[in-house]
Amino acid sequence: MSQWHTSPYIVDKPNPRERRTMLRSHMGVDFTKLDNYIKHGGFEAWKKALELGPEKVHEMVRAVNLRGRGGAGFPAGVKWGFLPKNDRDRVLVINTDEGEPGTFKDRYIVEDDPFLLFEGCLISAYTFGAHLCYNYLRGEFWKATAVCDSAVEQMYEAGLLGKNIGGTGFDLDITNHRGAGAYICGEETALIESLEGKPGQPRLKPPFPANVGAFGLPTIVNNTETIASVPFVVNLGVEAFNALGTPGNEATGAKPQGGSKLIGISGHVKNPGVYEAELGITLRECIYDLAGGILDDRECLAVIPGGASCPLILPEDFDVPMDFDSPQSVGSMFGTAGIMVMHDGTDILEVMNRIAVFFQHESCGQCTPCRQGTGWMLAIVRKMVDGTATEQQVDVLYDAATQIEGNTICAFGDAAAWPIKSFVEKFGDRIKAEVQKRAEARSA
Amino acid sequence: MTTEKPALSADAKARIKALVARYPHRRGALIPALWIAQEEFGWLSRETMQLVATELDLPESWVFTTASFYTMLRKRPYGKYHLQICTNIACYLRGADDLVDMVKDVLGIDHLQTTEDGLFTLEKVQCLAACGYAPAMLVDKRDYFNVTVDELRERIVALQKEAHAVDGAPAAAPDVPAADVQAADGGAA
Repeated sequence: MSQWHTSPYIVDKPNPRERRTMLRSHMGVDFTKLDNYIKHGGFEAWKKALELGPEKVHEMVRAVNLRGRGGAGFPAGVKWGFLPKNDRDRVLVINTDEGEPGTFKDRYIVEDDPFLLFEGCLISAYTFGAHLCYNYLRGEFWKATAVCDSAVEQMYEAGLLGKNIGGTGFDLDITNHRGAGAYICGEETALIESLEGKPGQPRLKPPFPANVGAFGLPTIVNNTETIASVPFVVNLGVEAFNALGTPGNEATGAKPQGGSKLIGISGHVKNPGVYEAELGITLRECIYDLAGGILDDRECLAVIPGGASCPLILPEDFDVPMDFDSPQSVGSMFGTAGIMVMHDGTDILEVMNRIAVFFQHESCGQCTPCRQGTGWMLAIVRKMVDGTATEQQVDVLYDAATQIEGNTICAFGDAAAWPIKSFVEKFGDRIKAEVQKRAEARSA
Repeated sequence: MTTEKPALSADAKARIKALVARYPHRRGALIPALWIAQEEFGWLSRETMQLVATELDLPESWVFTTASFYTMLRKRPYGKYHLQICTNIACYLRGADDLVDMVKDVLGIDHLQTTEDGLFTLEKVQCLAACGYAPAMLVDKRDYFNVTVDELRERIVALQKEAHAVDGAPAAAPDVPAADVQAADGGAA
């Protein structure tokens, strides 16, 4: 068993269909050492940002339409613009609570190339005037925390953090803060609660974090990959960064959006792993070109395209471009671009069971429809798996999911309902037949 | 009940004190402080949580509430080795259940149970963010990727040997020099 390896995640030789900016061939170079990072062009973007000044950098982030890479896809430049125009202290929080099943891209950044993130923090904090930054890592990221702690320490020693950084008069403190095992803390207000030492229960909005966030201060919460993209925006410039993305797509309703994207592919594929491609690569190319196709050359049953909370995409829709908007045209979402592939031998009921277990386990318990509803969904799915359910209960399941959706403080309720609903919508007859079959087998 | 009152070590107290300085409000240091306490005592008893409350000058109820919310903060003792096997979608698709079944077979424990000798606690955990390297697991703080049943079985045997060697139990003669124990361990792992 391999453990705590250096750069296990990517191969040095990119796949021909990849377009790498963030992923790089390590070729034995340890990028967790500040010297190496600087030797290979690190902190050039920071110097450039200082020359440009905060307004110009913010303008660039807006111009490339840098969409949030944590699942929601909200434009970072717009989010930053929500901060109040006053001189109150403000906080930058990095969401490294990577836990959406199917998503494993941020792990690469915080374990193998942490300075990308921290250079991004420096530039972003400078852009909107934050002097406090917290990197919230999920509890299970032991190695990543050790790597990030060491990286931050090296930056303090090199004068890249602390007071009056590089004689610019700009101050920034970064603290790595490890959570303790709660998926819901990936929701930004739950994350803020958790950072404040409370249970991770999402807040009712408004007020939005940009006004009242962590410790009552105006706060920006951004995903790890989003902030790690900022140095590339500054380095490449608007035109080159935009060229990496998609100019938009009228057929699918996609707006122009810049940059490449880390894509995690898992499940029944030949070469699972993290890849990087330009936004707009099709789902088919992801599965067959990047990940080498379906395991054992079987037929593909369906794909969960962006983390467990995204509705399924069936093979007939595999030509959908993977950008932040297009998957909606086939009834799904881009999410985190964590693609989970299932071949035709997959036990659909068991996959539904894993999804139901997950959301029941992770519901924070605050809103009744979610706390109770996820329990009901699990109870029904368990019966379906056991062969003690009736066909009608499949409809009850769908109904229960519908009653969670939209009736909760945060998007967790939707995230719990959508995949289950999608399974019933796409495979309803098959599920009912299977339920019937298992019930008969049980009573026989 | 022992009469001896538990106390945080001077080092733990110093670390907690340093943490407090990193947050605008000392409550921000609560989860990291609970981690430090858990490291020291292995789990968070009511007494341990009270120590943390005192150290941070926070109401005990805040500490209890927070500790109870997070699954990784242990509210009861665990085995010496914590086997955390992801059984979520991607790991399920790549055979995580075989790992769980093997552990049940070999150690006779199920989800959240601990072996009688106190060595192993099994936990089926939710997504570890290693879906591309499934099945994935953690043994205590260490990640293991693309785990096979045989590898895990060997690892368990190696850990049993290691534990007995440290405890001086029959598996290793008490007078075996440390270097030999390490060598034996390395051979098995």
